[in-house]
Amino acid sequence: MGAVPLLEITPMSLLEVKNLSVHFPVGRAGLGRTRQFVRAVDGVSFGIEAGETLGLAGESGCGKSTLGRAIARLIEPTAGTVLFEGQDLGKLKGPALREQRRHLQIIFQDPYGSLNPRMSIEDSVGEALDIHGLTENGSARRKRISDLLKSVGLDPACAQRYPHEFSGGQRQRIGIARALAVQPRLIICDEPVSALDVSVQAQVINLLQDLQQQHGIAYLFIAHDLAVVKHISRRVMVMYLGKIVEIADAASLVGSPRHPYTRALISAVPVLDRQSNQQRLLLPGEAPSPMHPPAGCPFHPRCADAQPRCQTEPPLLRALPCGHTVSCHLSQ
Amino acid sequence: MPLLEISHLKLDFVSGTYGARALDDVSLTVEAGETVCLVGESGCGKSITALSIARLLPEPPAQYGGGRILLDGCDILNASKRELVRIRGGVASYVFQDPATALNPVIPVGKQIRESLRLHRPEQATQREVIRLLKLVGIAAPESRAGSYPFQMSGGMQQRVMIAMALASQPKLLIADEPTTALDVTTQAQILDLLRELKDRLGMSMLLITHNLGIVAGIADRVAVMYAGQIVELSPARELLEAPRHPYTRALLASVPKLSGNGHRLAAIPGAVPKAGDFPAGCRFAPRCARARRECSESIPSLLEIEPKRWVRCPYWK
Repeated sequence: MGAVPLLEITPMSLLEVKNLSVHFPVGRAGLGRTRQFVRAVDGVSFGIEAGETLGLAGESGCGKSTLGRAIARLIEPTAGTVLFEGQDLGKLKGPALREQRRHLQIIFQDPYGSLNPRMSIEDSVGEALDIHGLTENGSARRKRISDLLKSVGLDPACAQRYPHEFSGGQRQRIGIARALAVQPRLIICDEPVSALDVSVQAQVINLLQDLQQQHGIAYLFIAHDLAVVKHISRRVMVMYLGKIVEIADAASLVGSPRHPYTRALISAVPVLDRQSNQQRLLLPGEAPSPMHPPAGCPFHPRCADAQPRCQTEPPLLRALPCGHTVSCHLSQ
Repeated sequence: MPLLEISHLKLDFVSGTYGARALDDVSLTVEAGETVCLVGESGCGKSITALSIARLLPEPPAQYGGGRILLDGCDILNASKRELVRIRGGVASYVFQDPATALNPVIPVGKQIRESLRLHRPEQATQREVIRLLKLVGIAAPESRAGSYPFQMSGGMQQRVMIAMALASQPKLLIADEPTTALDVTTQAQILDLLRELKDRLGMSMLLITHNLGIVAGIADRVAVMYAGQIVELSPARELLEAPRHPYTRALLASVPKLSGNGHRLAAIPGAVPKAGDFPAGCRFAPRCARARRECSESIPSLLEIEPKRWVRCPYWK
């Protein structure tokens, strides 16, 4: 009898995304025209461990927000699976889906648009409690809301006020309190600080980090500002045209990027000390439309190192010995 | 004589009996060929300072309460309508933050550039000059692009068109109000390079308004930091970034995450930026300042020259 092959045992990830794709149809089919699709997210796979922060960086239109929403099924994915705590979110329905989704919350970019202007802060935060039936009676509800507001650094006496009475940073705190209300295990933060002033941005970043330490929440932190992403994340993932081009430890990704796009992205970030601004790699042109992605490697038309092979053969994500996972034929 | 000299400018926004002081004692110069950055957070008054230079703010509600703006020898606050028309575009041109709203959506971009030419250089309002300008700002295939509508262009290209339009009048001063804030970081790098290169090639001066301190490092000769309607620090760019003196500038620099950072907790500034009409008495930064003393909220500190060319609005900067 042969030896039974040992299954590789890995601790189950909190979130596992496998081959996730979101394609949006564009225009109309018929009369000899085939329907076109925008491949907003195209075959994306990654995992998030409990309590960690995974950063997701990329330029506008690369699909990072769509990916965030597709994970929570706010947008129905076209293909692929999302396993959250081992459960396939795509197969759940009704109350079971709602129960699972309780542990997966989203904070949005625009603190002006994401709060209902006609609901008091208490009702905005309390709505989540009501939906999931988390408090037994009125006084317990008030107590919980007051605790939540305190934990995000707001005065509980403000509970009866309305969103317009708060500044941008305070509104973002309210958004965070609302997400925290249901004790999530993962929060998808979609550009949570990019609408905020520089001096307030740091407050919200610190708050998110404190809450992670206290409650062990994992974050998928989506932002276009690489410095912010690097600061808050343990690992960082870079997207281009709907695909992941590189995943690595935050410091290593910024310090020695392997994918040519990551390199260009990092060198484009304006830095404070002029000396370290040695060689700027200016990317020619602009990202192509995700409706007509180039054949082969999606980055090849703008890549300085592109080889003939890059024009025809799409690169696969592969792990390099240095610990980076990169989709580039040329990275060693 | 500097190309632009703003001295002790005061600006209020008045509505009925309610008035709010938005700019207080703003003094700033831009020399010929110089790039000055105006840095600050939302509501600090950097954009209205810029708009005041060509008197583009509607009056009322805006009301100038004192001070002087001298642009290319013209006293802007006492200028006639005719002089202002000559100044606008002719001496100072603007590039705004959001090219998608600044461009007319129903007119091809070439025609919009030609409109600017017709106003300022009528003898050269030709298709050839339009194409030369589009080429100057780095638009590929300018002959065909001149016929495009704004919606057919990406944000970066639209901003290039805006710059071409601003340059059509051959201004002495280019005022760029957050020209790259709406753009992606790789496009931002392209536009900043373009601005830097054009400024040198055409011998213009530039006043660049931004909230991003990283941009300052790459482009500015001098920097003015604004907070709550006042300039709190004015200094050559490198000195300011290497050794900020005003507590606000220091706190701002410390609160920005850096690519080269080590992940230590950010030094956040407590509280929020005050709004016009709601500025605290005394030093306006005092309520958020870690080094504030009792005297700080009693009288407004004045802008003092602490070293040659370095001005700071804080008596306790040491």
